[in-house]
Amino acid sequence: MHINTVSSEKTLDLYTRMLRIRRFEEQVGTLFGQGQLPGFVHLYVGEEAVGAGVCAALRDDDYIVSTHRGHGHVLAKGGDMNRMMAELFGKATGYCKGKGGSMHIADFSIGMLGACGIVGGGLPVAVGAGLSAWYRGTDQVSVSFFGDGAANEGSFHESLNMASAMKLPVIFVCENNQYGEFTPAIKAMNIRDIADRAAGYGIPGVIVDGTDALAMYEAAEAAVARARSGQGPTLIEAKTHRKGGHAEGEKAFLGGGEYRLPEELMAMEANDPIAKLHRIVMTSNLVASDDLEELDQQITQAVVDAVAFARSSPDPALESLYEDMWA
Amino acid sequence: MMREIYYNQALREALHEEMNRDPCVFVMGEDIGLYGGVFKVTEGLLAAFGPQRVRETPISENGFVGAAVGASMTGMRPVVELMFADFAYVAADSIFNQAAKMRSMSGGRVTVPLVIRTQQGGGRGNGAQHSQSLEAMFAHIPGIKVVLPSTPYDAKGLLKSAIRDENPVVFIEHKLLYSTRGLVPDDEYTLPIGQADIKRPGSDVTIITYSRCVLQALAVATQLAEEGIDVEVLDLRSLVPLDRNSVLASARKTGRVVVVHEAHRFCGVGAEIAALIQEEAWDELHAPVRRVTAKDVPIPVAPSLEQAVLPQEHDIMAAVRCLMSDNKNCS
Ligand SMILES: Cc1ncc(C[n+]2csc(CCOP(=O)(O)OP(=O)(O)O)c2C)c(N)n1
Ligand SMILES: [Mg+2]
Repeated sequence: MHINTVSSEKTLDLYTRMLRIRRFEEQVGTLFGQGQLPGFVHLYVGEEAVGAGVCAALRDDDYIVSTHRGHGHVLAKGGDMNRMMAELFGKATGYCKGKGGSMHIADFSIGMLGACGIVGGGLPVAVGAGLSAWYRGTDQVSVSFFGDGAANEGSFHESLNMASAMKLPVIFVCENNQYGEFTPAIKAMNIRDIADRAAGYGIPGVIVDGTDALAMYEAAEAAVARARSGQGPTLIEAKTHRKGGHAEGEKAFLGGGEYRLPEELMAMEANDPIAKLHRIVMTSNLVASDDLEELDQQITQAVVDAVAFARSSPDPALESLYEDMWA
Repeated sequence: MMREIYYNQALREALHEEMNRDPCVFVMGEDIGLYGGVFKVTEGLLAAFGPQRVRETPISENGFVGAAVGASMTGMRPVVELMFADFAYVAADSIFNQAAKMRSMSGGRVTVPLVIRTQQGGGRGNGAQHSQSLEAMFAHIPGIKVVLPSTPYDAKGLLKSAIRDENPVVFIEHKLLYSTRGLVPDDEYTLPIGQADIKRPGSDVTIITYSRCVLQALAVATQLAEEGIDVEVLDLRSLVPLDRNSVLASARKTGRVVVVHEAHRFCGVGAEIAALIQEEAWDELHAPVRRVTAKDVPIPVAPSLEQAVLPQEHDIMAAVRCLMSDNKNCS
């Protein structure tokens, strides 16, 4: 097990970020199952340590660019549950006024440049945010989250090469949950570790246990330091699992078919990122277990409040259709 | 003999029959094997033909569409599946710069017998990047045939023809059509690409449309029949080639035309049809050609807004009534 060199304050911060994601996503799964949410919903359950670990190493003014599986990234960066939930319901009070939905939540006030429905679509945008930071002479960094599947899009190659050639402050975080939809990553590429590809761009490629929030945080810290000091990008490959399906409602679609092995499901259970950090927090006596209980209750209540907020919010007015079309 | 089957089943039969008929035909795309594709069109093909001919790809749209172009230039007949038409933008170079131009650019020295199957359209809250209708984009670029079947019968007959065609064909399905049913013959058949079909004859107004909007138009026609308005529904079935004769014949017959499509209005197919009719049949029109289309904004997720952006039956109804009224300024 990881020897905890992370401060107790940061450790609790990581735990809180992860739990906010978990409780939010569980609720979203339930709501989707009840037919209350439009469109597609891709949950981040099981992958919390990646978003939390990376975002805990960022400043508020740093940028992140997300994916179709984006709720966790928004929350990890400090997003507001009420406005997220309202967006998922397609309400006027949502982050994108109900126009974007699950796959397009953005909060520019916290440097969250948007989720993205196009696999691989976010990588070049993250490069651009890094380029902009360079032009403006700030020391902001830009993080691109993307999946193992996205690593096979041409945009992956173009983005890593450009960021490296231009020495841009970009951190590429590959969330290798081992599947792109129902296709195992090992069938879509002839290598096991996507981090190997970093060598082809002349940048560091780091493999991290993506279910270990502390390890994720430390790897991100190192990559951020490198980027901020002008040494260029890093590719972090987080080995992780998604505990649920590719998208909610997938069971009905698969018609009883199952594409995941029992061994894998067991390994996943043993590697739950929140349970893992919980154990560390408890064994190192960072806080009393009552306090963690209370934290959970607070977060759970915040999720309940977010649902109430979303439900009681108005639908977008029809007149809003043409609003926000042009600047 | 006829049977009633689903639209996706009709497509599956076409693929199955053509793969049986011609060993050069293979299918390629994301998650099309074990899981039969996100809309179940390729279900069962893996078991029947094996992984070489039912090839699952990485998420690399420009790569596998481009590879299909190369394979088609060198003797194979690939049928690739783009899970959502929206992803055609990712594969745009292979489609527009390569597939579309290869034959003409080479002075006719090569053929590109390639089919790109995809699905499009809104109505499921899938948002701006998964709900677009892109037929006008494909139709705009010379060198690509564009087919949009509205019924299981058309889907099967046209897909078989698309696979046998020597040119690149973009074959556009609609996500809300997969679960619709219709009669399809037991016996093998094909339908020629480039022939529109009168789905309902009428004498007062012509609705010219294609894809899912055909179903909306037929529903509207049934309702308006009760008011004594006799609507003809002309299903274009393909945009390239466009069946100009059928368009003009119907326009001349009724003298009143509404073009309906789910794609955006600006520079859309409706504008092309309206231009054709005014160029060729101006004197025979009783009223200007009207268009019912999606509004020109990205498709929003909120169900109320999505409904408002996409053309609904009441919009079509209003346009037809307008054409039938004396008030030419109604809308
Ligand atoms: C360009 C493009 N191709 C395909 C899809 C359909 N799609 C959505 S998510 C997904 C799998 C993505 O896998 P990965 O990048 O590993 O992310 P994960 O879902 O595992 O988090 C696919 C194929 C898409 N949205 N965009
Ligand atoms: Mg994945």
